[in-house]
Order: sequence, then structure tokens, then C-alpha cells
Amino acid sequence: MSEWLDDEAGPVVRPYALTGGRTRSSREGFDLIAIIATAATSSFAPPAAGPEHLAILELCVRPLSVAEVSAKMRLPLGVVRVLLGDLLDHGLIAVRRPEPDNRLPNERLLKEVLNGLQAL
Amino acid sequence: MDSKRSDPSRGAAMPLAVKILVAGGFGVGKTSMVGAVSEIRPLRTEEQLTDRSVGVDDVSGVERKTTTTVAMDFGRITIRDGLVLYLFGTPGQDRFWFMWDELALGALGAVVLADTRRLADSFPSIDYFERRRLPFIIGVNCFDGALRYDSDEIRAALDLDPKIPVILCDVRKRESGKQVLITLVEHVLTVMAERQRQPGTAVR
Repeated sequence: MSEWLDDEAGPVVRPYALTGGRTRSSREGFDLIAIIATAATSSFAPPAAGPEHLAILELCVRPLSVAEVSAKMRLPLGVVRVLLGDLLDHGLIAVRRPEPDNRLPNERLLKEVLNGLQAL
Repeated sequence: MDSKRSDPSRGAAMPLAVKILVAGGFGVGKTSMVGAVSEIRPLRTEEQLTDRSVGVDDVSGVERKTTTTVAMDFGRITIRDGLVLYLFGTPGQDRFWFMWDELALGALGAVVLADTRRLADSFPSIDYFERRRLPFIIGVNCFDGALRYDSDEIRAALDLDPKIPVILCDVRKRESGKQVLITLVEHVLTVMAERQRQPGTAVR
């Protein structure tokens, strides 16, 4: 869709047009701090992949959190989550989810964070 | 670009991420603190909401759809290879509580920044974290020229549990922000140990 739009056209495309109107990813999750890493380069992307999909694959060659992907792509979180869902469905990204929330954070992890902060 | 598939989930390429929240009233220095301790320039992520998710804006019977943008500033500190700490400034407006729920989910703890000239601005954050049982501390941001009170006076004014640390700070300074975070993580460890001694109390 971007072929006939240049910067001067302004924000003609509302963000959710990038997702075909979808507001939910086909998968649950994508926590703000889930880490995303490109698992396959864009040459593996299906023809239907949009420029935003490809841009995320290039961005996440160095692993980044979902929040960072949203900030660097200048796209709302909801849009990024849908796009990430597409990429995950095609096996193009790997996701490392944060520790589950059903318990208090584990003590060893907290002590590691504490030591890390003290060493800053 | 290399065109072979790789598996970055193996090895240390994909760090584990943890997060700490920085809350407090508008203009209290949340973004300053995130910026002072972050290794990257603070980034901003946004979420767009339609009126369906912003219940308080409900205009019954009126055909109108509004879009609101909630912005969150955040920064990052690499703790070690494979472990990254994210710091999220909470959105300032109370009607974005649902966004707070997402932020608070899985957070290690929170720093509530307070300005002694507007202490009441920190009440909603304190109430929120108390209700969620998310461990938090108070960072009193000492703005130039602001009246100085000691920690006990502030604790009394905020009606805080005496176990909750109140620390004076200057969030523009990296060293000060670092001390605030260290105090928080130490407090989280204390709270955890206490809750483990009282198995009857549910985790948050």
C-alpha cells in the first residue's frame, strides 16, 4: 500500500490498516518486555508480508523487547502485537517471554538485579 | 543479509527481561529518572484506545468513536549478559488504569516519586500498588527550592506502612536514581522474605 503514499500525503493510513483491521494477534501474549529475535531473514517471509513485517525482521536481528519494537517502529503496541503474531505464525521470529507472574519474583533473580545495580 | 535460518533462542542471544515501574504524579520527574539511569535514550511506546476501552468517556447513545493515545516512556539497564532491566514510567492519568495493569503484571516492584509540594499527587499510585500488593518505595524528588522534610514527616503525611522505605533523591542524577532502584530491590527482597514466613497470605 505504501507505493502511492509519500510523506507529504500525511497519515492517510490509520495504524490498524497495517494489520488489515485486526486488533488482536492470533496468539496470546507478547508482553511488553517479551524479547523478540529474528529467527529467519526476510527472504523466508511469505509474499504477503508487508513492509512493516520486513522492517521488524531487520530490527530484531539484535534482540529487542516488544516495547522497543513499538517505539522504534513508531507504531502503537496493539499494531506491533498483531504484526509480531503474523511473524511468529510463520516461524520468522523467536520469543523469550518474561518469568510468569503467578509467583513472587525469585530471590536469585532479585539478587542478581541488586548486584547488577550496585555494580553500575 | 544472511539468508539462513538461525535459532537465537539457543545461547545467550535472547536475554531474560525484568521490569520496574516508576510512578507518581504529572511532572514529578518520572521520565527524568528513567533517563538518568537508562543506558539508552528513553524511548516512548504508545497504545491507542478506542472509546470501548476507555469506559469513563462513555457517551451513551451518541454515535461517536474517540481514539486516545496512552504514552509510556521507558529505559533499559543491562544487568549482565542475558539479563535486562526495563524501567517504565507509568502513564500519568488515572483513567489509564488498565494500562497500569499491564505494566504491573510481572513487575519486580515500583518506585513512587513524590514532590513535597504536591504530595497528594502520589496517592493514586500508592493506593494502586497497595491494592495490587506490588512492593514499592517512595522516592521524594528534591526539586531545587522545594521545602525539605525528613522521611518520617513524609511517611506520616502519606499515611504509609512504617516498613515502606522513603528515600530523598534527585532523579536527574544517575547515582541518586541508582540508589533509589537499589533501595527498591532490597525492599522487594525483604517483602518476599516476610510473605514467605506468612504462608497464609496469597502472593500478589
